[in-house]
Amino acid sequence: MKSYHLDHLEYLETEAIHIMREVAAEFERPALLFSGGKDSICLLRLAEKAFRPSDIPMPFLNVETGHEFPELIEFRDRRAAELGAKLIVRTVDQAIANGTAVPAPGEISRNKLQIPVLLGAIEEFRFDCAIGGARRDEEKARAKERFFSFRDAFGQWDPKNQRPEIWNLYNGRLNPGENMRVFPLSNWTEMDVWEYIKKERLEVPNIYFSHQRECFRRGGQWLPVPPAHTDATKPDPYAGARPTAKEPIKTLVVRVRTIADMISTGMIESPANTVDDIIGEVSAARVTERGTRADDKASEAAMEDRKKAGYF
Amino acid sequence: MSNPPTISDLRSPISQSPSSGAPVELLRFNTCGSVDDGKSTLIGRLLYDSKSLMEDQIEALERSADLTGGGQINLANLTDGLRAEREQGITIDVAYRYFATPRRKFIVADTPGHVQYTRNMVTGASTANLSIVLVDARQGVIEQSRRHTYLASLLRIPHLVIAINKMDLVDWSEQRYLEIRSEFEKFLPLLDIKDVKFIPMSALNGDNVVDPSKHTPWYVGPTLLGHLETVHIASDLNLNGFRLPVQWVNRPNNPTNKELHDFRGLSGQVASGIIKVGQKVMVLPSGHRSTVKEIWTYDGAIPEAFCPQSVTIQLAHDLDISRGDMIVGLESLPGMGTDLHAKVCWMNARPLQRGRKYFLKHTTQTVQAVVTSIDSRININNYEVQPEPSELVLNDIGEIRIKTAKPLIYDGYATNRLTGSFILIEQGTNATVAAGMLQPALEAVKPEYNDFAI
Ligand SMILES: Nc1nc2c(ncn2[C@@H]2O[C@H](COP(=O)(O)OP(=O)(O)O)[C@@H](O)[C@H]2O)c(=O)[nH]1
Repeated sequence: MKSYHLDHLEYLETEAIHIMREVAAEFERPALLFSGGKDSICLLRLAEKAFRPSDIPMPFLNVETGHEFPELIEFRDRRAAELGAKLIVRTVDQAIANGTAVPAPGEISRNKLQIPVLLGAIEEFRFDCAIGGARRDEEKARAKERFFSFRDAFGQWDPKNQRPEIWNLYNGRLNPGENMRVFPLSNWTEMDVWEYIKKERLEVPNIYFSHQRECFRRGGQWLPVPPAHTDATKPDPYAGARPTAKEPIKTLVVRVRTIADMISTGMIESPANTVDDIIGEVSAARVTERGTRADDKASEAAMEDRKKAGYF
Repeated sequence: MSNPPTISDLRSPISQSPSSGAPVELLRFNTCGSVDDGKSTLIGRLLYDSKSLMEDQIEALERSADLTGGGQINLANLTDGLRAEREQGITIDVAYRYFATPRRKFIVADTPGHVQYTRNMVTGASTANLSIVLVDARQGVIEQSRRHTYLASLLRIPHLVIAINKMDLVDWSEQRYLEIRSEFEKFLPLLDIKDVKFIPMSALNGDNVVDPSKHTPWYVGPTLLGHLETVHIASDLNLNGFRLPVQWVNRPNNPTNKELHDFRGLSGQVASGIIKVGQKVMVLPSGHRSTVKEIWTYDGAIPEAFCPQSVTIQLAHDLDISRGDMIVGLESLPGMGTDLHAKVCWMNARPLQRGRKYFLKHTTQTVQAVVTSIDSRININNYEVQPEPSELVLNDIGEIRIKTAKPLIYDGYATNRLTGSFILIEQGTNATVAAGMLQPALEAVKPEYNDFAI
C-alpha cells in the first residue's frame, strides 16, 4: 500500500505555503521582506510554490543599513529580477538625511535605525502586511511570536496582547493604520532551513561558504574589517566599526552563519564549502546562530525590546 | 544522569540532531500542568538531555543563575521567554520550542497551567498530536489535572501522556504511582481518549525522561522521550472524505506562455482525504460536479494528493469558484447550513452573550454570525453541565447555537479537525474571542444542481 505521509520538511513546507496564500487572499497590500539571507531565500521558494504559475502577488521590500555585505546586495537584486518581482529598497541613510531616523550618539550599529525605516516604508506604500523570515528557534522572545503577528498603529508588538492562533485559522483582520507581520517559517529551525536549501537546491550568497577574510576580534567575536573609506568628501560610514590599534587584523578562513550587516555579523571560522558541510556544522554546532550577532548580546532582553518597538 | 545539572555537565560533548538524509517525522506536542508541577523543568530537561542546548544558551543560563538563582542553574529558565514573565516568575503565553533526535523532530508548545489560562492550552493543543499532562506526585489528581485532561479530549488530541512528576519526593513509591493512576482511570472513560500512557518521572533529576530510572524497577514502560520517538502518529492524518477548502484562485495575468491562458487553478491545503486526477468531485455551495483535470504543483503535475498537502487543482469545467468554496469527494458529503451547534472555548475578558454578532472564520471563509443561544456551560473540573447560563466568561467551555449569514460547509469536529473548527472574531477590536468545535450536521448536503455536469 502506498503510504500517505509527509516527512518533516514537507510538513513545514505545506504549512508555510498555506500561510502565504492566506496572506495573498486576506490582505490588500502585502509585501515580502527579502534581504538575500538564507531564511528569506526559503521564503522566495515557498512563494513560488504558493503562487506559480501566476506572478508572486506582492513586491519584495528590503531595508538597508548601509553596512551591507556587497555580495548580499548583488544576490538580492539578481534574485528579485530572476523571479520577475518588484524590489523596493529603503535605506537608513535616506532616513537619517530626512530626519525620520536619528542615530543615538556613539552608537555605530544601525540595527535599531532599521525600525523607523521599515515603518516608514510600510506607511509610504500603505502595506498592510509584511511577510518575514523570522523563526521561533532563533531567540527566546521569538518563541512566543505568532504566525500572524499583529502590530498596532505605531508598529509595536505587545507580547501580552497577542491573538490566540488555533488550528490553522489565522485572524488577519485589521483596522486602518494597523498592520500584520507574518512569519511562515515560524516552526523552522536553522537545520530545517539548510535541509530545505539542500533539497530545493537553492542558491545562497557565497558569504555563507568558507572564504578568506580580514577580521578582528571584538566583543568575543570575529568581525569583518569594513571596506576602505575612499570618498574623503563624506564621513566614514564605518567610523567606530574599524579595528583600533589594539585590535590586530588577522586573515582567517571564515563564513557567516546568520547575516545582519557587516557591523553586527560575527564571522565563524569554518572550512564549510558546501551545503552538506554546513549541515554537518550546524548539527555539531555549540553556539546558537544568534550567538554570532553582536546586537543580541547586549542584554538577554535585547530582542524583546527591539521587537516591542517594531523590529521585524 | 540523576543529578541536577551543573554547567560542566551541560558542556559535555555534543552529538546533536538528525543527520540529513533519511526523512524524519515531525511530532507536535504540548505540555500542561499547574504552576510548579515542573513543565519548564521538563522541557529544559528534554532539551538538555537530548543535547539541544547551545553554548550561548548555557552562558545565558549562567548569567541569569548569577542574577536570580543564587548561582544555581534553573533548567526552567531555558523556556521562560519574556521578561515580564521572568519577573513575575510565571509563564503567561504559549511558547514554542524545537528539538530533534535522530528519529524525530519535535515541536513543543509550552502551555502555561495557570488557572485562568485555558485559552493558552487550547491554542497550544489545537495543532498537537500528543499532550503531556503533568501532575505532582505529592498532590496527585487536582482540579487542573481534570481540566487539562478534559481539554485534551475536547480538542481530540490523539495521544495523551500522564507524566507523574517529582517521584523523587515520594520516595519512588510504586504504591503512590498506582494510586494516582487509578484516580485518573476513574474519569478517563468519560472522555473518549484513545491512547493514554502513564510515566513516573523526575524532571529535575532526569529519571525516565530520556534515560530509564534506576529508581523505578517496577516500571516497565518507555521513558518519555522513548515514547515520543515511537508513538504511532502516521494514522493521525485524516485520509477519509476528500475536502479542499479553496484558499486562492490562481489565474495568471497575461501569461507569456500560451498554455497558461486558460489556467484556472484552485489553490488550497487538503483538509482531509485523498484526491486523484480523473476523480469526480463536487463544488460547494453551488453543488456543481466536475472532474479533476490536473493537480498542479511547482515541482510538476502529480497524479494524487492527500491531507495536508498544499496543492493547486484544475477542474475539467470552467465553474465560477472563489475563496471560501469547498471541493469535496462524492463518496462522503459534508454538512452545509447556517444553523450551527458547537462547543466553544471563550477566550476573551468580555463575556459571550446571546444575541451578539461576531465574524466567524471557518476554513477559508469569514462570515457574519450571531449567537442565538447558550445551551450550557461545562464545568471542566468535575464535568458537570450547567444548562442555559446567561453568559460564557473567559476560559469557559460551553455549547452554543449560531446562525451565520452564509452557509458553512462543514463536518463535525470529531471526524475532521479542520473542517469542523472555527474561530469567532469580535467586531471592532478584531480580537479572536473563541475557538469553536462543530457538532456534526444532522444530514449531509443535498445540492440543488445534482446533475449539472458530469
Ligand atoms: N524534587 C523535584 N522538584 C522538581 C521536579 N520537577 C520540577 N521540580 C521543581 O519544581 C519547581 C517548579 O518547576 P517549574 O519547572 O518551574 O514548574 P512549572 O511552573 O510547571 O513550569 C522548581 O523549583 C523545580 O526545580 C522533580 O521532578 N523533582
